[in-house]
Amino acid sequence: MAITTMIGAKIHRREDPRLVSGQGRYVDDFTRPGTLFLSVVRSPHAHARIKSIDVSAAAKAPGVVAVYTHKDIAKVVAGTMPAAPAFVAEKKQVPARFPIAEKEVVYQGEPVAVVLAETKYQSADASNLVEVDYEPLPAVMDLEKALAANSPTTHSGAADNLGWDLTYIPEDPNVMKEADVVVKQRILQQRLAPTPMETRGVLAEYSKPDGTMTIWMSSQNPHFIRLFLAGALGIPETRIRVVSPDVGGGFGSKISPYSEDYLVPAAAKLSGRPVKWIESRTESLQTTTHGRGQYFDVEAGAKKDGTLVALKMTQYLDEGAYVGTFGAFQACACLLSTGAYNWKHVSARTVGVLTNRVPTDPYRGAGRPEATHMCERMIDLLAAELKMDPAEMRRKNFITEFPHTSHFGLVYDSGAYAKAMDKAMEIAGYDKLRQEQAEARKKGRMLGVGISSWIEICGFGPSAATAPATGGLALVESAQVRIFPTGSVTVYVGTHSHGQGHDTTFPQIVADTLGIPYDMIELRHGDTAEGPAFGYGTYGSRSLAVGGMAVHKASTKIVDKARKLAAHIFEAAEEDIVFDQGQFYVKGSPDKRKAMGEIAFASFGAGLPEGMEHGLEAVAYYDPPNFVWPFGTHIAVVEVDPETGAVDLQRYIAVDDCGNIINPMIVDGQLHGGIAQGIAQALFEEVLYDEESGQLKTGSLVDYLIPTANEFPNFELGRTITPSPTNELGVKGIGEAGTIASSIAVINAICDALAPLGIKHVDMPATPDRLWRQIRAARGASSNGKEARQ
Amino acid sequence: MKHRVGTTVNGRRQEHEVEPRLLLVHYLRDVVGLTGTHIGCDTSQCGACTILVDGKAVKSCTMFAVQAEGRELMTIEGLAKDGELHPLQQAFWDEHGLQCGFCTPGMIMAAAYLLDQNPNPSDDEIRRGLEGNLCRCTGYVNIVKSVRSAAKTMSGSKTKAGEQPATARRS
Repeated sequence: MAITTMIGAKIHRREDPRLVSGQGRYVDDFTRPGTLFLSVVRSPHAHARIKSIDVSAAAKAPGVVAVYTHKDIAKVVAGTMPAAPAFVAEKKQVPARFPIAEKEVVYQGEPVAVVLAETKYQSADASNLVEVDYEPLPAVMDLEKALAANSPTTHSGAADNLGWDLTYIPEDPNVMKEADVVVKQRILQQRLAPTPMETRGVLAEYSKPDGTMTIWMSSQNPHFIRLFLAGALGIPETRIRVVSPDVGGGFGSKISPYSEDYLVPAAAKLSGRPVKWIESRTESLQTTTHGRGQYFDVEAGAKKDGTLVALKMTQYLDEGAYVGTFGAFQACACLLSTGAYNWKHVSARTVGVLTNRVPTDPYRGAGRPEATHMCERMIDLLAAELKMDPAEMRRKNFITEFPHTSHFGLVYDSGAYAKAMDKAMEIAGYDKLRQEQAEARKKGRMLGVGISSWIEICGFGPSAATAPATGGLALVESAQVRIFPTGSVTVYVGTHSHGQGHDTTFPQIVADTLGIPYDMIELRHGDTAEGPAFGYGTYGSRSLAVGGMAVHKASTKIVDKARKLAAHIFEAAEEDIVFDQGQFYVKGSPDKRKAMGEIAFASFGAGLPEGMEHGLEAVAYYDPPNFVWPFGTHIAVVEVDPETGAVDLQRYIAVDDCGNIINPMIVDGQLHGGIAQGIAQALFEEVLYDEESGQLKTGSLVDYLIPTANEFPNFELGRTITPSPTNELGVKGIGEAGTIASSIAVINAICDALAPLGIKHVDMPATPDRLWRQIRAARGASSNGKEARQ
Repeated sequence: MKHRVGTTVNGRRQEHEVEPRLLLVHYLRDVVGLTGTHIGCDTSQCGACTILVDGKAVKSCTMFAVQAEGRELMTIEGLAKDGELHPLQQAFWDEHGLQCGFCTPGMIMAAAYLLDQNPNPSDDEIRRGLEGNLCRCTGYVNIVKSVRSAAKTMSGSKTKAGEQPATARRS
């Protein structure tokens, strides 16, 4: 490394001046001359047969240019939408999915027609005039009922609703006998709507003479979208350009391709005009993929002294009506089920179930919050059974030796789990909290302290593991670094920044590696017309550990070439050249120096070494040797009002370890947001459908409760640093950590608060209503309806 | 049937013929061409479209353009003066009060009104004052910090004038 002054520094984000000034460039801020506005006519039914579609009235409405249905779209779009193997290579069924329904709709909101008009109001008006005659069919909603032999099916003509049934490690019926105590629990993971503040949106323009398609869309991985669209539209990748400009949040929901990603370009091709569609919030809640939507049946056993013996778990996952493109990724909850602990025995099985709901797909954490929630809940249940302090229970069973190979063959690269927990306990004042709790309990107050010691797998990932999971494309990452004759640098990356601050942090890495001033380095991303042939996008906390390493690798290639050129200029041997603080010199002669910028200028001149090409630029693809494994401990302090069931989240402490840090300000920001989303799951958010009709009941932000500033305390953050041995930068990932850890810290705190009532488990969201009922039932059980008021 | 609407937007007079049903936020974005005001929901929950109407914070999706007749409107684009960021914009930058940036214009406009009404709010007052604006990225921690910091700057703005950051600063 040339300089180590930028890496680790709190550098303010260079993207902010435009974003705070209203100069952001989100999809809806772009318009092309002659743009038509597209509205999608969607199924009001969860499951129905389409008997007929009459578009005549809509077609005649003011401003309408075209109305397209399946038969029109099928002229320009071929094949089916992708479903990656992810962590379930063999599936029982993968229903064929086309961007627009032909004969049957299988979830509320599925597209049946699109209307193109001169203005967005005309388009919206006319979409109400499309007459669709439906024959409603039974909606499959409940997972257990869906698996019963006599259940109606999500798709007509299907044999059943089983999407997959995969046992990773089979159960040994004898192992639980080794335990002194055994606890059993069903743990719910409600459906969540990712809800980025910017909804999805697509603007497409087709040039018939050139055969080129340009698409502006809100995406976390524009290259993947280009790949999928090239296949579906029959246009080579060279003639499709996908631009994902400023993106107003993704949280996993802007990874997979959606119906509209095909329909809008198709409509542009069919109509010969640019076409724009911007998702409404209701459409977003209805049709953007949901996260979680699972339940776990778990059994865990331990010895009297707290030593963990066996974990037995089955994940039941609501896939929705189709297999989400990366829907089976969520099965990684099984692979991470053992958490931060040594378990002697483990068994794990995942069951995917098709229902008449919108598909589930990755949402911040994707499988890892579920695993952490499940594992950390079981640790607390065992600790309660053994009357052990939950912190001691954890400490006794933490994995302490690294690298650690899990039951599933995954290799945890590094960790210091007790250190992070100790620090969190110190910040929290854990012992004092326990004293306060004892005092509070004497007064009938329900104070609770909840711990969550989390780990995660991230930095997706090594080609050997990820190529089979995507169906062929390894999730490596690319970068291109170009130095101009004046010494300024442009860096192109295949990751995509939509709040993560790469415009700032990646140049920090380049500045240190190349020894070029930070202000002379620009980052570009999100446009498939620039940079390397393929980029893999931003998700799974991979951008730094994989993308940042690609940037580092490309920069290193340039340093290597510059060193050769410096040796030539100094007429010295290459091995005698020192590169330090951005300067080259011959060992022993530090007075005579050439800066990287001077070498860059020389690289465009005459007199290069024989065989050396001009210029200083490099492309690198980085294939990580392993995943990376961040970890930490969070502690929540809550007080539950036994009369109302209201939860007062009083304090939230988080100590996280993501290895070396490029920019601490960004890391803390990622944690804040992640923690808030996990707390939101614990206390507020839930996608609800009518269980009979399959109608979405949480179709607006009136009903789907995104927390406001008033719902959170200030989070108290601490940090330990355990560098990753996996990569040269020693970095891990932090984008999902907060969400992975926080739901269960809050729920464990609530369970702890309610323990004196004999309440052992609480599901999410722990709304006042749910808790009040549980408290009432618990008190009723002991004092026969004393709490009848209200 | 179109109606004539005349407003002042960020100090400039605007006159247009609009449909009576045109929402003010669509007027600003699509007719006036100021896209800094964002749309994040359909039900006036998110606050991304917050602007100042005669100095008062209003979610511009809750008004028709024709209702803005004769009013003074200020959007995020009008907040910086003489090429210098408003203290709130500066504070959001300094305190990492934004990530994806989509809620930011509305959040800053709501905060501007909050500080106009209460120049020295407590953290609780800031949290309550911004209850009409949703952010999905920051957990609000640094938003609260930003508003607190801007309040401090604005209360001592005369002594602090002229302090401008470099494009990359350290602390």
